[in-house]
Amino acid sequence: MIEIKNIIKSFGSKEVLKDVSFTFEKGKTNLVIGQSGSGKTVLLKCLLGLHEPESGFIVFDGMGIVGKSNKNLKGLRREIGMVFQGGALFDSMNVEQNVLFPLQMFSKMSKEEMLQRVNFCLKRVNLENVNHLFPSEISGGMKKRVAIARAIVLNPKYLFCDEPNSGLDPYTAILIDNLLQEITHEYGMTTVINTHDMNSVMEIGEKILFIKEGKNVWEGTKSDIITSDNQHLQDFVFSSELFKTIKKIKS
Amino acid sequence: MGLIASLGKFLIFIADVFRKPERRSVMYKLVIKEIYELGFKSLLFVVFVSLFVGAVVTLQTAANMQGSWMPSYLIGYATRDAILLEFSPTIISLLLAGKIGSNIASSLGTMRVTEQIDALEVMGINPVTYLVRPKIFALMFFNPLLICLSMFGGVIGGWIAGTMSGECTSAEFITGIQYAFIPFKAVYAIIKTILFAFIIASISSFHGFYTEGGALEVGRSSTRAVVFSSVFIIVSNYILTQLLLN
Ligand SMILES: Nc1ncnc2c1ncn2[C@@H]1O[C@H](COP(=O)(O)OP(=O)(O)OP(=O)(O)O)[C@@H](O)[C@H]1O
Ligand SMILES: [Mg+2]
Repeated sequence: MIEIKNIIKSFGSKEVLKDVSFTFEKGKTNLVIGQSGSGKTVLLKCLLGLHEPESGFIVFDGMGIVGKSNKNLKGLRREIGMVFQGGALFDSMNVEQNVLFPLQMFSKMSKEEMLQRVNFCLKRVNLENVNHLFPSEISGGMKKRVAIARAIVLNPKYLFCDEPNSGLDPYTAILIDNLLQEITHEYGMTTVINTHDMNSVMEIGEKILFIKEGKNVWEGTKSDIITSDNQHLQDFVFSSELFKTIKKIKS
Repeated sequence: MGLIASLGKFLIFIADVFRKPERRSVMYKLVIKEIYELGFKSLLFVVFVSLFVGAVVTLQTAANMQGSWMPSYLIGYATRDAILLEFSPTIISLLLAGKIGSNIASSLGTMRVTEQIDALEVMGINPVTYLVRPKIFALMFFNPLLICLSMFGGVIGGWIAGTMSGECTSAEFITGIQYAFIPFKAVYAIIKTILFAFIIASISSFHGFYTEGGALEVGRSSTRAVVFSSVFIIVSNYILTQLLLN
């Protein structure tokens, strides 16, 4: 469980996060939704300790992280898996080496066990026979999936994904969503997913935080979305014809 | 950013370089890899440049001495000192600041803007120790070897040019390069080289590491890396020469 309270974060004079509070629950897929530029990535980077908020608390299962140095966060970070918006794969390593990397740095497994684990994780994200390709040789969607495999290879307690399925075809996107939900349940992880994809929201939105212009505007679950009368949320969710139609049919 | 603030940031950065690495075995491999990437791949370049500059230095020395009372073996002597004291340690280091410095800054800059450095940080790996330390160690170890090679290359280039042009005989040139040799001068050249290697690796890494923005800024960091390393090399060359040779 991760609790955040009254997070404020600005860059220069620009206030990006204005008083955001929420609880991300263990064993659930927690979604952060909002328009492009609303501050989702910044929020996630605050959770990771990559940005330091000006005020507020961030507490990982009883351990506060705001104000702690990188050195003091090291222990916690070994329990975190992160999928960056652009994948952030290491260019100088091939797919296998990328996924292997956290194991090499932190696990005590034998070389064979490590490779087995790597192949298992790659298989889970539906990637096979790409082990020896370099990031520049695979598609955007494949990069995302390799990034997910790398993030889960150490069995993290916390999994953060910044738009894990943007740029993926609908079929693979749903596959990734379901995968994330499955492993979250299976390992009891606290998973935080940034997205503006309504399909994901309706698919795996077990707990949802909607932010607009850096403010916490609405929270609930996927079933609350349709019935909510929050105007901001309505504008965001029912911007597409498809969802407008669905709403009409439902009501 | 103010000069003092930049300097402070740089010192903290350098302190990080000398922190204990995550895994010693990994660090060892990384240094080897950087020696190959940064050092080994500069080998031909350095030898090529040195041969030609050595040749030019010899021809010019010979031209200046033409018709004078000075014995021809002094051509070899002057060539040796010019190459040993300045050309190899300083000029080759400046060229390497361009070649290696821009390589370091742009590769680290790209890693920064594509969030690869953040990814390391999130994994609990100190990105400075992991990425920068091996580069600095590799250059400080390998550049002296490169420079020694350059010295040999320069002298051989001079010898070829001198004998082929008929300015001096092979025996005269070889007498010249052995004439009044002070071993401390070679030590001085190596000390300079090690310092310059540190300057190239640390300043270029610093600029690359703190790149902000996108591809355009990576280019800018890389330019800045080359300019700053070169300026620092030139200035510290002057100071070191004062300190060590006088
Ligand atoms: N390092 C930074 N320096 C200055 N401003 C920043 C920085 N990072 C983000 N911002 C600003 O913060 C705001 C929120 O950005 P953020 O990346 O969090 O948006 P987002 O919700 O993730 O959008 P998207 O869905 O497009 O990824 C933007 O207006 C952006 O300009
Ligand atoms: Mg974002």
